[in-house]
Formats: sequence, structure tokens, C-alpha cells
Amino acid sequence: MHNKTLAELSAGLQAKTWSSVELTQHFLDRIKRLDPNYNSFITLTEDVALAQAKAADARLAQGDTNPLCGVPIAHKDIFCTQGVKTTCGSKMLDNFISPYDATVVANFQAAGAVMLGKTNMDEFAMGSSNETSFYGPVKNPWDIGCVPGGSSGGSAAAVAARLAPGATATDTGGSIRQPAALCGLTGLKPTYGRVSRWGMIAFASSLDQAGPMTRTAEDAALMLNTMASYDPKDSTNIDRAVPDYTAQLNDSLAGLTLGVPKEYFGEGLHPGTQAAVEAAIKQYEAMGATIKSISLPHSHLAVPAYYVIAPAECSANLSRFDGVRYGYRCENPADLADLYKRSRGEAFGEEVQRRILVGTYCLSAGYYDAYYRKAQKVRRLIKQDFVDAFSEVDLIIGPTSPSPAFAFGAKGADPIAMYLEDIYTIATNLAGLPGMSLPCGLVDNKPVGLQIIGNYFDEARMLNAAHQFQQVTDFHQQAPQDIA
Amino acid sequence: MQWETVIGLEVHVQLATKSKIFSGASTAFGAAPNTQACAIDLAMPGTLPVVNEQAYRYATMFGLAIDAEIGKRSFFERKNYFYPDLPKGYQTTQLESPIVGAGHVDIALADGRTKRVRIHHAHLEEDAGKSLHEDYHGMSGIDLNRAGTPLIEIVSEPDMRTAEEAVAFAKKLHSIVTSLGICDGDMSQGSMRFDVNISVRPLGEEKLGTRTETKNLNSFRFMEDAIKLEVERQIDLIEDGGTVTQETRLYNGERKESRSMRSKEEANDYRYFPCPDLLPVDIDDDYIEAVRASLPELPDARHARFKDTYQLSDYDASQLSEDLHTALYFEATVAAAKDAKLSANWIMGELAARLNAAELTLNASPVSAQQLGGMIGRIKDGTISSKQAKEVFDAMWAGEGDADTIIEQRGLKQVSDTGALEAMADEIIAASPKQVENYKNADADKRPKMLGYFVGQIMKASKGQANPQAINDILLKKLNALL
Amino acid sequence: MAVDRSDIVKLGELARLQISEETIDEVTRRLGDVLALVDQLQAADTDAVSPMAHPMDAVQRLRADEVTEPNQRDTFQAIAPATEDGLYLVPKVID
Repeated sequence: MHNKTLAELSAGLQAKTWSSVELTQHFLDRIKRLDPNYNSFITLTEDVALAQAKAADARLAQGDTNPLCGVPIAHKDIFCTQGVKTTCGSKMLDNFISPYDATVVANFQAAGAVMLGKTNMDEFAMGSSNETSFYGPVKNPWDIGCVPGGSSGGSAAAVAARLAPGATATDTGGSIRQPAALCGLTGLKPTYGRVSRWGMIAFASSLDQAGPMTRTAEDAALMLNTMASYDPKDSTNIDRAVPDYTAQLNDSLAGLTLGVPKEYFGEGLHPGTQAAVEAAIKQYEAMGATIKSISLPHSHLAVPAYYVIAPAECSANLSRFDGVRYGYRCENPADLADLYKRSRGEAFGEEVQRRILVGTYCLSAGYYDAYYRKAQKVRRLIKQDFVDAFSEVDLIIGPTSPSPAFAFGAKGADPIAMYLEDIYTIATNLAGLPGMSLPCGLVDNKPVGLQIIGNYFDEARMLNAAHQFQQVTDFHQQAPQDIA
Repeated sequence: MQWETVIGLEVHVQLATKSKIFSGASTAFGAAPNTQACAIDLAMPGTLPVVNEQAYRYATMFGLAIDAEIGKRSFFERKNYFYPDLPKGYQTTQLESPIVGAGHVDIALADGRTKRVRIHHAHLEEDAGKSLHEDYHGMSGIDLNRAGTPLIEIVSEPDMRTAEEAVAFAKKLHSIVTSLGICDGDMSQGSMRFDVNISVRPLGEEKLGTRTETKNLNSFRFMEDAIKLEVERQIDLIEDGGTVTQETRLYNGERKESRSMRSKEEANDYRYFPCPDLLPVDIDDDYIEAVRASLPELPDARHARFKDTYQLSDYDASQLSEDLHTALYFEATVAAAKDAKLSANWIMGELAARLNAAELTLNASPVSAQQLGGMIGRIKDGTISSKQAKEVFDAMWAGEGDADTIIEQRGLKQVSDTGALEAMADEIIAASPKQVENYKNADADKRPKMLGYFVGQIMKASKGQANPQAINDILLKKLNALL
Repeated sequence: MAVDRSDIVKLGELARLQISEETIDEVTRRLGDVLALVDQLQAADTDAVSPMAHPMDAVQRLRADEVTEPNQRDTFQAIAPATEDGLYLVPKVID
């Protein structure tokens, strides 16, 4: 059952081939049996899941046709879930039982989906390897000596290990796409503002966006149909009708123009990754798409601009974690300053503290113009690169990450090496564009991701291109060995 | 040496919206602690702000009232600092592009001249919560009900030169925001709070001296006292060879002393940057014009109208028009009394004195405008004398009802019935042959004085209820007939 | 731009983070590395470019002035570290 896609499981539920309770129990059993190998879940919500599954079965019996009804999924532990521990991968929120639900969580609940549990992640979504989690690293099901990517590493490992047919995730600089690439999955970061950020614990507000992590493009479309909504509670959410993202999946790719940015094939790209991506581009050509070489001239500035803007925003976003109203509070604070400094110093991990300090520095008197304002200007240049490119092409394709999954500790000691993991994904966050990753090959039996970047609100066309690729390739069907 | 004082004000005005600037929690004053602090106000993880339209409308109204440029595109910044009454660890405020740009306010000086005080800008921001300093086993308690209440912070240019000017400016702002209905003006509840920047310089010197900021003055009296005290302190300091330190000071109104706020002295770096959770607010000319069309009467216009419509003196008109509640009270009194001058006299005289003695605001007056006006109407139609009116007023103050009820219950009606008065006059004249004889023999110019005896006798007989004017007329007629 | 220990101490104060004496050199070095990375921005010609705070050209929606949030103090304070009489407790606040 667990090898079936979300769409297949949904069809079985509608056909009453299996019940939601059966499905849910099956995945819960798998998680309990196998997750000790991967550490992909922080919290398993067994009681909630079974209650929701029962309710879903009742709805299905009454003829509910929502494709998500009764489907078990997992939520990244960045989404607030009422009455359920919501940690964001941090000691800071180890005791935080959220008093409310994120809009994304509420949307799935309304659709009748079942929550299996909350997945592991880099602390406050800051990391590209899941090594910064307070709950320990997540292991890549393809090679448990390797990282699953991050920050949505728990969601990626859970779906790759067939512990859930789909999971929610978030992406601030590549946190959906890079783990999707490293775990052989389809992951989509929608246009900024497409999915509500209400109840999604903020890392960098102008960059954060939630999206689905699934095995296929079709599953991603099904999940996005439920995730995307107009939410008056999020000022940055765009009031725009949500299309049916499955409607264009089967359209022909003939006449489609794909841009290949030359800057994405430079130094640092693993030759195996490059070969797989180039083969995928050939495949698209064979499917009728026109391939066009393009330039995104400011690409090299994306990582530097990001590491000003994201830390600056996070330095303020994380100020609310002060030991006063919720979360970790140090023992016996001597005074107010001690309460703040020790609560935050003891509960935030190294990487989180580093980014807060960097952000504080970039915003401080005398440095604001040189760093923050400069980065904001560069951000406009980067966006303009894409605007220019999309005047000539429909989609942009290239590698998702420079190399396949790497070993634990390989980049942990050097933050800069880790930051370069997101060299191809960060620019789309800065520009607010949608991006996705889908599997396009294996190198040393480790998955390689193909990135598709779309124009604003062009998720349906991206999913169409990905789905068509998955009709003629089987990379998305390959599973890690040893997942029983 | 002669010194010149330079004063600028920063005024925090709580806007009278129902809900907070970024959340749907109530702004009502006086609720139990933290019962009006929602997930957004508490900065729960994952919560997001959405801007209250009414707060924007109110700020726009203020901008139009002070003839300021309205920011067609304004946005919010985060001002970063840690304090327990600031749940997010930053205050959402406006720095680079505030809603209200430069404007001005005219104030009347004691010598009758008018002075223009320039407003640098006014911006929207959120209020903080409150730290309660009662001792909870060595801890402080935090109430976040006030957190997120919308404020406009009005920043003046350093245009004021005396404490009196500063107070006149503060009162004028109070008058404007209450007239607009954008603030309840209740300073005892912190609805308006004043921070005063003060420096001194030798008269004739152009360069400004080092300034201090005295924070959170919540009454006009405290403000005046605090300024005078600080000016004195600075001059003494300089004349003794010292220098003024740029610092924030806290004034204690009860003790009439101020001290430096040490905790705020540490170098702060607020690291302002545009709030990424909020987008720029665009307002267009149509919006601005619609707001302009909805503006209620402003204090200056009301002052002119009071002079014109009610024939009040400049002084009376300004006393009655400055404060919206007073103006409304006055107009309601006139409507019932049908006499503007008498209404003005009573409000500024007896009523003001009584309120002052009882330390009550006009809003809390035990005598309503309708009651006062009704009583004045009875003076005007001769039902009661001015002396009786004092008794009626006392009774209304004590809550015994409106004037007619009190007049009826206490039998205070003065006797104006000519028949009854004539009968009394005849009786007195018949019973006082000696006084009548004296009257007849007296010189014509002394006679009016001698009338007093007869009036007194009638008043006695009528137990004070006879209408004195009517008695006068009747006695004169009857006595002169005997000549 | 290079940072030294005193910068880190100041940043730690501003950000209210306790940085231990054992780690401060390491933190200083790492922060210096990150700043060296972001210093690449200085080479970009941005004279004619206006800053972009937000990826989309959207404007703020305004909310109607309505009270929509009920009192949930008990729920919120159930997860608070220290409360009394409905107040959040913190070490003495001194103005």
C-alpha cells in the first residue's frame, strides 16, 4: 500500500478499496517500525490521526469526493497545530503546545486529510542538511550515512521512506527543493503569497513559502490544490483564485520554450549531476519543447544577498522567543537581561545564533546601507534577471543543487560550504518565483534533482512539464533500498 | 545671562478604534489583565499582522486637520528592542514614509497673538503593554491588553519657547484630536501622553543646546511643572559650570522632581527596517477627499462660529470651543436655555468652579446640559430669581432631578401674580402710615432708597418668593399715587 | 568588513544572546567568514536601483475595525513559564 502514490491511495479510498483507518494504521505502523532508522518525525500524532481517519471514513461513506479526504500526510514541524507540540526543530519550543492551527493545517483538515505527525527539520528552518535540529539529524533513506537535505529533511525522508505519501514543507532558500532533490522526490515551492503563512513559524518573512513534498507531480498538484488559498490573516498572501493544478497535467509540451541559464552550469556543479540534468534537458527536447540558452547575470549575487536579507529578517522574527510568554525559559534568571540572554543563548542552536548575529550586524547603525539596503537593491537586479528571461521563455530548467546527498559532517564545520548548497535555489526566493524539483537520475545510487522555475503564478505549467517528464521517465518511481 | 528655552513635543495619541491596529482584539480600557491580548498581540509563533483601516482613516483625518501632506504610499518598519511589554521584540512603527507629513498648528498666546507651531510629521504605530511594578515575589507582572493599541505619534518642530506655549500647543492638539473624534482625550487613562524635548541656549545664540527628553507626562499641569523644573535645572547646571547630558528623564508629578532613566541610557541601536509581514499602504486622492469631506468641525472654525452665532466675546468663545466636550455641553445648554450669554456665564462660572472643587471632568458632571439649560430658562422667564437658581443648582448637583421638579418640590416659584402682590402692597402701605408719611415728605431723589423698606416687608410676607422687580413696579405705582 | 571580539560582544547585547567566553573566538571567526561572503555585494553596481523589500508589487489590504478575538487568556497562559493573577511574570522591570 505504501508504494502507491497519493493519487492512487486517494482513488482507492474513493473506490472503498481501503478505508482511511486502514491506510492510516498502515503508515503509523511503518513509522513506528522504521522511523528509528531515519528520525524523520519529531512527534507522532497517532490518536489524532486515527480520530481523523474515522471521521474521514464517515465523510467518504457519505460520498465526499475531496481527493485528500482520508489521505494520511505529515506536517513539517514549522506549522502550528492546535493542541499538538510544535517545535520548529528547536529546544526553544520543545514545550510549545500550539494554541492554534496554521491555515495550511486547517486547509488539510477541512479537506478531510489525516495528520500522521510532525516532521523533523533544521532548527527554525535554518540549514541545508537537517543537522541543526535539536532533535538530531534526519538520515537520508537512500543512504543513511548521508544527509537528506534541509531544512525540510524530515518531510523528505518520510516521503522517500514511504512513511507518508506526502508531506508539507517550507522553502526560504531551497528548503523544499534541495531535500526533494537529495531524496528523489517532487517538491514545489509556489509563488510567494500563493500559500498562507499564517501559523507557519517565520524564518524570513519575505522569502518563506510553503509547498508540498510528494513522489509525483500529480500528487504535488493534488496537495497544492488544498494548500493554496486566499487568507485574509496573511497580509502578504495574494487574493487570487486558486486554479485546479491537476487540470493542465496532461497538456502537450509542444511549443513550450525552456530556458537553460548558463550560470547554473559553472564551477562547483558535480559532473554526475550535470550529466543527469543535461540528459533531462535532452528528454524535454525530445518531447517537443524548445530549449534556449539564457543568462541570469546576477546569479552569483543571490547567495550574498540572501545571507543579508534572511538573517536580517530572522534577527527580528526570532526576538519574540524571549522566555516570557511561552517556550524555553532559563533557570533562576538573576535579572531581566539575564532572562533574555540565557533563555535565548541556551535554547537557540549555533546556526540560529549565527544568523541572528549576522542579521543584527547588517541592520545596525553604520552598516544598514552597506549591507541591508545594498542587498535589497541587488534583490531587485536578481528579480529583473528573471523578468527579462521570462519575456523569452516559458520555464527555466537546471540543477536543483550542486551535488547529490553528502555525508554527515561533510559541510557542518563550514557554514559557507553549506550556504552554497542553495546556490541554484535561492534566487527564486529572492524574486518570489515558483520553483520545483523532480528526480532526473541517480549518481552513485543517490538521486539528482532537476529544477523547474516558473513565472509568477505559473505553477500549473510547471506541474504540467514535470508530470509529462514523469510519463516518460521512471526516476520518480525508484525507491531507496532497505525501506522494507 | 539671559537664556532662551527651546521646546519640542512628541505626543502619543491613542486612536479610538474598537480593535487593535494589527489584530481583532478589543482596545477597551480597564479589562482584566491579558484578557484582551490575542495570539497576535502575544506574538505567538506564526502569527501575522493585518492593518486596521480605521487607524489609517483616523491618522489621515489628523493629517488633514493640521494641513499636512498625506503619505500616498506609507509603510511600516520594525524598531527592534527587548522589553517585556513589547512581545515581538520590535515595535511596528513608521520611520521613512509616515502617513502624515509636515503640517502646522496655530496656538493663541497670552498676549492675544497667534503663534504657528510646525509639525514635523505624525506616524502610526502600536502601543506597548504595561509593566506593573507591584511586587510579585520580586517579579514584575506584565499586562499586554494595551499592546497593539493604535497610536499616532505627533512630532513637533522645536518651535516653542516657554512652558506656557508648550501647554497651549498640547491643549490645542487635545482639542483637535477630540474634535475629530479620533481619540477620547482621557489623559488619566493614558489616551494622550507627552514627551518633551527641552534645551536652553543663551538668548541670541542660534545653535541649539543639548536637549533632554522628559517622558510620559500625562497631564497639562505636570507638563508645565516638568518643563519649568527642567529649564531651571539646565540653567543652574550650565551657570554652575556644568554641561547638560543628552538623556531621558522621568518626572514625578506628585513629588515635583525628575530623575535620569538609567536603564534607557545604554546605547541603543533600534535597527529599523521595513516590516516584511506588511506591505506598503497606498491611498489615493479619492480616499483622501472622502476623508476630508467627512471631517467634523475643527476647533478654530468652532471658535469663529461661537463668536458669530452666539455673540460671545473672543475670550468666552475660546474657553467654550477649545474642548469638544465643553463645546457640546455649551451648545446643548443653549438649546435648552435659549440664552447664550447666561449659558456661557453659568458654565464658565458656577459649573466650572464646582467641577474644579470636586476634581471632576465635564463628562462626569452631575448636572447635565439639559438640566442646566432648563434652569437657565426658568431664570430667563422670571420663574426663579438668580439667588433661587443657586439653590436649584445645588439641588441638581445633589441629584434631585431637573430644575422644574426641584422648583415645584421646594416651592421655589417666585410670586409674580400681580393681584396677590397688589394685595400685599396695599396691606403693607395700610400698616405703615409713618413710613408712608416719610416717603411722601422726602425729596424725589431720595424716594427710591426709601422703597427698600416696603420691598423688604413684602419679601418677608412672601417668604422671599415674590418677584422683586414686580414688587418694585407695584409699590412705585401705589406710593406715587398717594403723593 | 572584519569583526572583532568587541563587535560580537556588542551584537550579543543587542540580540540578547549569551555568548560564552569559550566560543566567542569561534563565533567571531565564523561571523567574519559570513560577512566576507556577503561583502561580494559591494562589487555590484546598484546606483540606479531602488531597494526591494518585497518580492511582489502588492499593496497592503486593510482590515475592517471589528473586534473578532475573544478572551483566551487561560489557553494562552497554560503554556506560559510564569503567571500570576493573569499577568506574565518577569524579573523586576526597572525604568
